[in-house]
Amino acid sequence: MEPLFGKTLEELQQVAGELDLPGYTAKQLADWLYRKKIGSIDEMSNLSKDARAVLNTKYTLGLAPYKNVQTSTDGTKKYLFNTTVGKFVETAYIPDRERHTVCVSTQVGCKMGCLFCMTGKQGFQGNLTAGEILNQLRSIDEWEQVTNIVYMGMGEPLDNLEAVLKSLEILTSDWGFAMSPRRITVSTIGIIPAMKEFLEKSEAHLAVSLHSPFESERKMLMPIQQVYPLEEVLQEIRSWDFGRQRRVSFEYIMFRDLNDTPQHVKELVRLLEGIRCRINLIRFHPIPDTPLDTSTNERINAFREELNTRGIFTSVRASRGEDIYAACGLLSTKELVKNRT
Amino acid sequence: MHQHILSEQTLSFSEEIAEGVFLLGFRRDFSFRAGQVIGIGIEKDGPRRLYSICSGETEEEVRILYNVIDEGYLTPRLSDLGQGDTIWTTEPRGEFLYDPAPAIYIASGTGIAPFYSMFRSGQFDNKVLIHGERYLERFYFYDEFSDALGDDYLRCCSGEEAEDVYHGRVTDYLRNAATLPEDFKYYLCGRAEMVVDTRDLLIERGIPFNHIISEIYF
Repeated sequence: MEPLFGKTLEELQQVAGELDLPGYTAKQLADWLYRKKIGSIDEMSNLSKDARAVLNTKYTLGLAPYKNVQTSTDGTKKYLFNTTVGKFVETAYIPDRERHTVCVSTQVGCKMGCLFCMTGKQGFQGNLTAGEILNQLRSIDEWEQVTNIVYMGMGEPLDNLEAVLKSLEILTSDWGFAMSPRRITVSTIGIIPAMKEFLEKSEAHLAVSLHSPFESERKMLMPIQQVYPLEEVLQEIRSWDFGRQRRVSFEYIMFRDLNDTPQHVKELVRLLEGIRCRINLIRFHPIPDTPLDTSTNERINAFREELNTRGIFTSVRASRGEDIYAACGLLSTKELVKNRT
Repeated sequence: MHQHILSEQTLSFSEEIAEGVFLLGFRRDFSFRAGQVIGIGIEKDGPRRLYSICSGETEEEVRILYNVIDEGYLTPRLSDLGQGDTIWTTEPRGEFLYDPAPAIYIASGTGIAPFYSMFRSGQFDNKVLIHGERYLERFYFYDEFSDALGDDYLRCCSGEEAEDVYHGRVTDYLRNAATLPEDFKYYLCGRAEMVVDTRDLLIERGIPFNHIISEIYF
């Protein structure tokens, strides 16, 4: 049985065609799947009984309820979802006054091996489908309040580009969730060919994990630097017209005495010259056995001030959900992977 | 950008050298540095993946070693190709390169490719090679490495036992090693899980993280 949830309008038209259903059924299906709250195909009340019966023979609705949820003292929630058999992903819901953000995962585990990231420690167990990505929005308790989506959970989104682009199409289309692409941010460590395709095919914001402006240092933190050096990532970004509305931002985790010095500020300013962007400084959340340490608040604030003074809009991202391991870089289902194997 | 310049290459051979592991080759018409990767696709506009070059810098043929991923798009199709069929390649790229300083090279599976490329390019001074595999048949270049490197070539096999082969994973070997030189560089190449586990273990054993250079496969 194949899930309907996660299919584009074109794919739903194919479903309707295959089952000899009227052409307009595809839009009705999209409406039920992405705009309404139902738990089964039988609840699609404007479809004929025969249509629902034939759909039930080949398809499931495709929504999967969460398996577990933890709530932080700051209101952040971490949801656990079961994806394909034996695989789990985590999703963070982060309320902040009027803003309700969902941080979705795109892969089970990650192949990128960044030194500071908990997800990378579990290796890679598989890609999520578009439906599994969107289910993390649709199946949380707060889905109707969500204002923003960030693709910053488990996995490297641009290593699963096809499913990510498909999920973005469903999120932003009138027939889908009808969200503005300006409320969606996709993060990457800088896989250049995929980043180029993402920029061409989507209007969502781009966030690039930078973490050090120095090549040798970034190589130690992020093996991707061996293949796609930051200079080339920035060259590609420079060649792109982001227009007035679309934003590129750089994520920068602060490590004590490693990447938080005045030399780093100077080099960041040099590297980012000519790119209209912002920098988000992120407090490092230590993971087990890490050789890295967190910068002091004083150092982080001074770093921010210096970058702002030099003309790069820089803010410090508030740490949210640290007590339930939902904060940046802490999502992991390693224990569940181990228990199942 | 370099990675978008594509060349059509005609395969001179494609061979399954162990179960699910293939080696393909085509005539070299470009320069590269040992340790670099190239993108490979079957169609000009189709999906491409990066693979380490598994041959020497001056050899006439470029060779690529890869595992077939059953659920993947590219490798099952790639493995169906044979001599005379064509593939599309990008220009070589990457900074996982030879450095004359003393180093320990650690590979799992097809992660041996960049080290073999360095070896075939005469770039192996002051190096120790540790190769981890599940089965003995997968130590593809055993004869060559063994002859040239002697005791500086170590095989770790987790699935089978044999003389002169450490029985266990690379991480088991490193965990039990009496000493690990702290002033050496450690180059890791292979699956993400092996790279991450090995890196964690080396750090735990006192190797500074800035002495660990990792190449990931994705």
